[in-house]
Amino acid sequence: MSKIDRPTSFQEIILRLQSYWGEKGCAVLQPYDMEVGAGTFHPATTLRALGSKPWAAAYVQPSRRPTDGRYGENPNRLQHYYQYQVLIKPSPPDLQALYLGSLEAIGIDMELHDIRFVEDDWESPTLGAWGLGWEVWCDGMEVSQFTYFQQVGGHDCKPVSGELTYGLERLAMYVLGIDHVMDMPYNDPQTPIALTYGDVFRQTEQEYSRWNFDVADTDTLFKHFEDAEAECHRILDAEDVDPKTGQRIVMAHPAYDQCIKASHVFNLLDARGVISVTERQAYIGRVRALAKACADAFVTTEAAGAAA
Amino acid sequence: MPDLLIELFSEEIPARMQARAAEDLKRLVTDGLVEAGLTYGGAEAFATPRRLVLAIEDLLGESPAVKEERKGPRTDAPEKALEGFLRSTGLTKDQLEARDDKKGQVWFAVIDKPGRPAAEIIAEVVEKTIRNFPWPKSMRWGSGTLRWVRPLHSIVCVLSDNGEANVVPLQIDGITAADTTNGHRFMAPEAIKVAGFDDYAAKLKRAQVVLSAAERADRIWNDATQMAFAQGLEVVEDKGLLAEVSGLVEWPVVLMGSIDDAFLNLPPEVLQTSMKEHQKFFSVKDKSGRIVKFVTVANRETADHGATILAGNQKVLSARLSDAKFFWENDLRVAQTNIESWTDALSNVTFHKKLGSQADRIGSVETLAREIAPIVGADVDAAEKAARVAKADLSSEMVYEFPELQGVMGEYYAREAALGDDVAAVAREHYQPLGPSDDVPTAPLSVAVALADKIDTLIGFWAIDEKPTGSKDPFALRRAALGVIRLVLESDHRFGLKTFVSDDDLIGFFHDRLKVFLRDRGIRHDVIDASLAMPNSDDLTLLVKRAEALQYFLSTDDGENLTQGFKRAFNILKQAEDKDGVEYSFGPDPKLAETDEEKALFAALDEAEAKISPAMEAEEFAAAMSAMATLRAPIDAFFEAVQVNAESEILRRNRLNLLHRISAACQSVADLTKIEG
Repeated sequence: MSKIDRPTSFQEIILRLQSYWGEKGCAVLQPYDMEVGAGTFHPATTLRALGSKPWAAAYVQPSRRPTDGRYGENPNRLQHYYQYQVLIKPSPPDLQALYLGSLEAIGIDMELHDIRFVEDDWESPTLGAWGLGWEVWCDGMEVSQFTYFQQVGGHDCKPVSGELTYGLERLAMYVLGIDHVMDMPYNDPQTPIALTYGDVFRQTEQEYSRWNFDVADTDTLFKHFEDAEAECHRILDAEDVDPKTGQRIVMAHPAYDQCIKASHVFNLLDARGVISVTERQAYIGRVRALAKACADAFVTTEAAGAAA
Repeated sequence: MPDLLIELFSEEIPARMQARAAEDLKRLVTDGLVEAGLTYGGAEAFATPRRLVLAIEDLLGESPAVKEERKGPRTDAPEKALEGFLRSTGLTKDQLEARDDKKGQVWFAVIDKPGRPAAEIIAEVVEKTIRNFPWPKSMRWGSGTLRWVRPLHSIVCVLSDNGEANVVPLQIDGITAADTTNGHRFMAPEAIKVAGFDDYAAKLKRAQVVLSAAERADRIWNDATQMAFAQGLEVVEDKGLLAEVSGLVEWPVVLMGSIDDAFLNLPPEVLQTSMKEHQKFFSVKDKSGRIVKFVTVANRETADHGATILAGNQKVLSARLSDAKFFWENDLRVAQTNIESWTDALSNVTFHKKLGSQADRIGSVETLAREIAPIVGADVDAAEKAARVAKADLSSEMVYEFPELQGVMGEYYAREAALGDDVAAVAREHYQPLGPSDDVPTAPLSVAVALADKIDTLIGFWAIDEKPTGSKDPFALRRAALGVIRLVLESDHRFGLKTFVSDDDLIGFFHDRLKVFLRDRGIRHDVIDASLAMPNSDDLTLLVKRAEALQYFLSTDDGENLTQGFKRAFNILKQAEDKDGVEYSFGPDPKLAETDEEKALFAALDEAEAKISPAMEAEEFAAAMSAMATLRAPIDAFFEAVQVNAESEILRRNRLNLLHRISAACQSVADLTKIEG
């Protein structure tokens, strides 16, 4: 009936997105090797959205939201999940069309489905970032966020980056017609060793849910937070010129790693329920201060297009 | 005369901004054109998710030529002044005219401003409009600097006259105005060439775009109600949702779907809220009021008549309602076993950092509810119990998910907890009235807790000095005070606010809100002041009774004249007291009355006072005032015939004491000095 070729597994959807955005000129990057709450935290988005240098990247980012843990029981809530992230700077004029093309690539037939762009102003208080855009709805379900970055780390984005974020599990469940995430085929269901999402992740969801909510040592976490914060500042306080090589080496990325770490530790503390409402704002402010400091450093570097 | 068509075609404009943006476009462009001399016959603006459109009819083809005269410096003024004038007018010295003026010879510049073609003016006005558009929030995109609500893609700017259409030359940040647009994003994406508004509107409709938001809303509502009617059902009206949904589609296609049986036992408020908030669905109810179906509005037609779209929507809804059902069932378990554990859990929830936890607050509302209960005819223990559970639902999972269901859920849960319908109703009703048009509860228990909740809130925020200022009232304290006022007045309960409120500033705040409230009911502000100045004005029912009687009294002839007489007496007395440095408050002696008029006044006062006192005692203000009114003629006659400041000091003193008696009799009813005019 449909002219569209439908995928059969979670990984096929990811592979199709990778090849689609690769064909459209994006550098297909790998996930960042640290715990983050969303694909936006990858330096390929946060830092590369800053400065004047053109950029086009696409990647999968494993993301962790400790408070969303449901011991693997909820049909679509997970403490560890995947986002697919695309960032193009400057945002091309046909970004909406490119995005819709990606939906077709993963098997959504535009002739049969109802796609709508519903206002959604994006703001990340921890990153000091905001942008305007939409939630994209397919038949009433939010399948992506589409954002034109206006500011990151307190800096105006010039040029503006276009950011696309797909919640991979939810999108894949929809495309594959699956009701519970754990039942979703991870690889091709016809292969001899067919694995579901549950085969891969049910146990880890249970383990992490328990750890996140009840076991993680809060004293240690508070200490980690302080350490990361101090290290971030220490890195940025170092002289721009490296005394060993005599070169100007601003360590924006190592400092940003500490910012990411602080942010994730904060999320863990939040899940442990040890951060009160008032303290919450203060912690978010501290992470934002780190993000801003890292952004300030990054914009002075070559990767941001600053004169060497 | 030419017609103008403007279309600003962009990525999806937020629904809530569209109507306002269409109006702004119309206002800014027409104002700009008129200012430049281009008047027009009519203008209409439209908005869809992707376009703002303005059609102007019968526009002048060019602006009229004008002759502008400007007065410059005197001919003998320094060279510098003349140079400046030449620069500002763009003329040379030989083009100026020297004219005689009162102060001597003065340079005049006569500038002939020739008419300008409409296209030139339009290009300027449109560019200025786009660059200064008042979007609530705007953005940049790509490498450009232009700001718009979302990326602006193309501009149609066509001036048409006698069947000939021309593009107005115009370029903004790389976008060149043209005569082509696009139809529906998915159903008719091809470029369309347009020659004027009628052509444009007709072609767009063929390209699955309904230009008018009102027409889209009508279509949605008609189709939805028809569809529901055909099945003996009814769509729950929601104007806000209708407007929003109309702003999300260019080609509305209404689809009706079923709600899985598994969810039909959820409270209708939960179904409705979940469907509206998460999915922007309309609720469809059966004859008994149960919500059994939903209506969604898609942006396109499909070969399968929406089957895929509806199936998808249904699936999303089921996932959402599964969540809601999960919350509901978890909540019911708590409600049935230990609803007070929810109240206890609120000790971990901060109400305000200076006022402590929600549980602390509930504790003080309980205490206050006990005190108020007897006054409003509620059982003391029941009021305390009701106050204790009224906000328990704030701990429930459902209210965490849908904060707007607070109270509504509380009532369901309190029923489940077998607390009785009257206690359960308090959970919902104690928040009322939520606005000036919301109902006020009448059940004594609900009134007791509603009053306690509001008064406690006000006392708390006054104690930490968080009062409303100007337009800022983040804790809705004005609404709380107005709520107290309406709760008291609409049930006629009698108590002094000072019984519960010791802060005079807060009493003053109640009085201010009461003034606003009474003014809206047509009571004069001076009447309110005159009533406020009387004792026990913290008893709002008494205060309003007095004000209403006084307002009526003043509208009568007697009332108005008596007030004049009173004021005359009062002023003479005041002057004499100021001058003499004494108070004339001894009883006047009737034996010293000389004239008939004076004697008559004594008699009238005896009679009136005998009536006023008991009437006031019984709070029968109308009776007191009509007794007061009998004084009018004697007072008038007295002033006509008698000289207060008599030669004889004894007579003068007695008369001043008589004036005091008049004044006191009148003042015992209301402070008439506050009455204006």
